[in-house]
Amino acid sequence: MNTPNEATQTAAPSLAVFLRQNMREYGILIALVVIMIFFQIITGGVLFRPVNLTNLVLQNSFVVIMALGMLLVIVAGHIDLSVGSIVAIIGAVAAVMMVNYKIDPWTTSLVCLILGGVIGAAQGYWIAYHHIPAFIVTLAGMLVFRGMTLWLLGGMNIGPFPAEFQKLSTGFLPDLVSLPELPLLGSLHSTSILLTLAIPALLVYLSWRSRKLNESHGIEVEPFAFFVTQNAVLVAVMVFLGYQLSTYKGFPNILVIMGVLIAFYTFVTTRTTIGRRIYALGGNEKATRLSGINTDRLSFYTFINMGVLAGFAGLIVAARLNSSTPKAGNGFELDVIAACFIGGASTTGGVGKITGAVVGAFIMGVLNNGMSIMGLGIDFQQMVKGLVLLAAVVFDLYNKQKS
Amino acid sequence: MSTNVILEMRNITKTFPGVKALSDVSFSVEEGEIHALCGENGAGKSTLMKVLSGVYPYGTYDGEIYYNGQLKKFGSIKDTEEEGIIIIHQELALIPMLSIAENIFLGNEVAKGGVINWAEATRRTTELLAKVGLKENPSTLITNIGVGKQQLVEIAKALSKKVKLLILDEPTASLNESDSNALLDLLLEFKKQGLTSIIISHKLNEISRVADKITVLRDGATVETLDCHAEKISEARIIQGMVGRELSDRFPKRVSKVGETIFEVRNWTAYHPIHSDRKISNGINLNVKRGEVVGIAGLMGAGRTEFAMSVFGRSYGQKISGEVLINGKPADVSTVERAIKSGLAYVTEDRKQLGLVLINNVMHNNTLANHKGISRNFVIDEYTERKAANEYRDRLRIRTPSIYQDVVNLSGGNQQKVVLAKWLFANPDVLILDEPTRGIDVGAKYEIYSIVNDLVAAGKAVIFISSEMPELLGTCDRIYVMNEGAIVAEMPVAEASQENIMGAIMRSGEKV
Ligand SMILES: Nc1ncnc2c1ncn2[C@@H]1O[C@H](COP(=O)(O)OP(=O)(O)OP(=O)(O)O)[C@@H](O)[C@H]1O
Ligand SMILES: [Mg+2]
Repeated sequence: MNTPNEATQTAAPSLAVFLRQNMREYGILIALVVIMIFFQIITGGVLFRPVNLTNLVLQNSFVVIMALGMLLVIVAGHIDLSVGSIVAIIGAVAAVMMVNYKIDPWTTSLVCLILGGVIGAAQGYWIAYHHIPAFIVTLAGMLVFRGMTLWLLGGMNIGPFPAEFQKLSTGFLPDLVSLPELPLLGSLHSTSILLTLAIPALLVYLSWRSRKLNESHGIEVEPFAFFVTQNAVLVAVMVFLGYQLSTYKGFPNILVIMGVLIAFYTFVTTRTTIGRRIYALGGNEKATRLSGINTDRLSFYTFINMGVLAGFAGLIVAARLNSSTPKAGNGFELDVIAACFIGGASTTGGVGKITGAVVGAFIMGVLNNGMSIMGLGIDFQQMVKGLVLLAAVVFDLYNKQKS
Repeated sequence: MSTNVILEMRNITKTFPGVKALSDVSFSVEEGEIHALCGENGAGKSTLMKVLSGVYPYGTYDGEIYYNGQLKKFGSIKDTEEEGIIIIHQELALIPMLSIAENIFLGNEVAKGGVINWAEATRRTTELLAKVGLKENPSTLITNIGVGKQQLVEIAKALSKKVKLLILDEPTASLNESDSNALLDLLLEFKKQGLTSIIISHKLNEISRVADKITVLRDGATVETLDCHAEKISEARIIQGMVGRELSDRFPKRVSKVGETIFEVRNWTAYHPIHSDRKISNGINLNVKRGEVVGIAGLMGAGRTEFAMSVFGRSYGQKISGEVLINGKPADVSTVERAIKSGLAYVTEDRKQLGLVLINNVMHNNTLANHKGISRNFVIDEYTERKAANEYRDRLRIRTPSIYQDVVNLSGGNQQKVVLAKWLFANPDVLILDEPTRGIDVGAKYEIYSIVNDLVAAGKAVIFISSEMPELLGTCDRIYVMNEGAIVAEMPVAEASQENIMGAIMRSGEKV
């Protein structure tokens, strides 16, 4: 009899084959690096300056955080156009609570996150249980919540906020021990430099362990040379960026929160049954439902999750501006959605990665930041961002046709 | 080269990442013949035909195609259609919400300056429909006609394109016997008018009936070409070529040990999901015992799938009433989740729409219905999952380069095996199989029957829905006959025969 299973052998694929198979993921990462280097040169070295890097993180955190939720929504086969308006309404509610009613920031934040979830649930209800297209429901939501914001704020800005609240997006990690000025390295933020060394070390350890474990189970692993290069590049980039931040005020609080969230959602999408089910749902809803999975509830959850994250982003934006304005979050939905598609998510659902969305968000962020430094107007910025989005999707199409 | 060879494919090799689908295949067809292509699932039949029809354009494969004696380098389906080579794919490609006429002239509209001449299109459609013997209005929507008729529309569409070489990839896989026969007669009729056709099928009796020549593929290579006029070709002979050995029995033997009733449906009635006054299941009573295989026979459209799906988590129909008992106790099967928990599983007949997440890999599909079995506290244990998927791949001999291959890249028959693997992994007590051997090669059919035997030997029960009566007669202990949503007869297999079953269907039809 023939042996249909001969291809199971664990022969490591050649480097070229491996690269081709993972073209999309590395392609986008390389694109980010190229864009960064481009702006580094064209801005005369401003981009990588510690102050600017810190700004980049602060300006981008909310896009990244919302992209995490948006990715799940898109993978499940939906879309959410209302996130920009949710940012606005949550900011407005926070302002009214803290400024007008003097409620403490912690209670306010908790209420706002819950409110975000409720808003997500309200939209998700129609989408998941009544099968009204998400495009319509969230378009309605976009208008409704924007209108509510205007009404709530009475067309005015409300602020400022208690200092404790502002720390959310302007605070930095505490400096545990104050390091002496070092030769060559300069004065460093102790906690941050510690994390700069510890986190890459941890990541390398984890990926090495999982590689060993895979090998011992006879699972195909990437070529060793590739593994080493990949990790070396990753460590180098992380240490460089971490070091740059450490020479200034250290790691922003929001960077740490963002890192934790990224790790959490990566875990959820790749390792848990919930993540697996969302991908299946986006791939073929009927088949997934007939496999005993409550697809309606799953869709519902992705919108609640999106609502909470958009609410969180609303708090960050408010804290950053130190006031709530009716225009807050205007157009954010486009950046967030673009980040997901640049990161390789499919418009038809079922495909997309957290890491892709994060890189996509940073591409948008670097474009914004770099072009601002160059002094390009908003007109140019929008044209460029639009073209980058198109290019990313065309690249996808080209890749798909080739295989 | 003799003058009447219309097509010659020489040394065709086609590779996909990690898979060599065709290696050095040569294949030639004479004008005016019906040439059958046989082989196991994944042997490369569909791929060979896609190479021929320009789906895989020149440059993506190695080898040469000669058509009417000329070397051809087809760049697209458009090119081949211009030459009169038309393929009807394994999965029908009609657009459900368009009419017959619209579908027939899709991409080929009867138009002047972009404006469609509907009167002319309708007239020509009527002509074409008459040629294929289909009595339907050209403006009828595709969704409103059965698969058998859809297949005829596909052929009418091919005729509209001035077809000279017609390729049919498993055209009868989802047709019942009379529709299949009508289609084969049509082919014979066209042959008389000089049409050349290539037909792929796993139904060897059909092939014996219509083919002039049979080419057998195995593992992406040509094994032999048999001439049906030079000698009498038996089905066993074809099988031998396909699998490389003799397959003495079509059905594995089983000693049935029937126990107490495990699953019972009482007074099951359900209505059509849209036309709420149309009964799709009408007071059905049915039971299965441990260790028993129970068949549900019937014609296409008898309401067997609808019944099974309405029981399995109310996945079809509305206003459902009736009772389900498992081990004698009322069971809650009102959602798929609960049905699975109660020990039911339903293997769908529609693998692409309802069975598989095509863009996910073999492993993920395999475990989709049983995440409990591979996870703890929502966290998937990848090694357990991988082990399970590899086990099922070996057990069902799913032909795939690895369990990480996306299911969309598997051959039709192998996709079917993945659906089956999914439900076997869910470890049900009562397995409902709906046309599980559709599009599956003879060897694999035998394996599926063996799996059914293993299941019942382990004290489980199987409900086997099939339109192929020999299959029911060969595997079941007892057979229910269904017609128009109602059970019209029940018989132990010892008393059942094709005539009996057909008789029961006819009699019930007369009464109404
Ligand atoms: N797009 C693709 N990508 C990767 N592999 C493919 C692709 N299409 C087909 N294959 C592989 O090529 C082989 C031949 O497939 P093909 O569809 O031609 O088989 P087949 O003989 O038509 O089988 P069946 O009877 O099941 O329809 C299979 O192993 C299949 O997995
Ligand atoms: Mg095929």
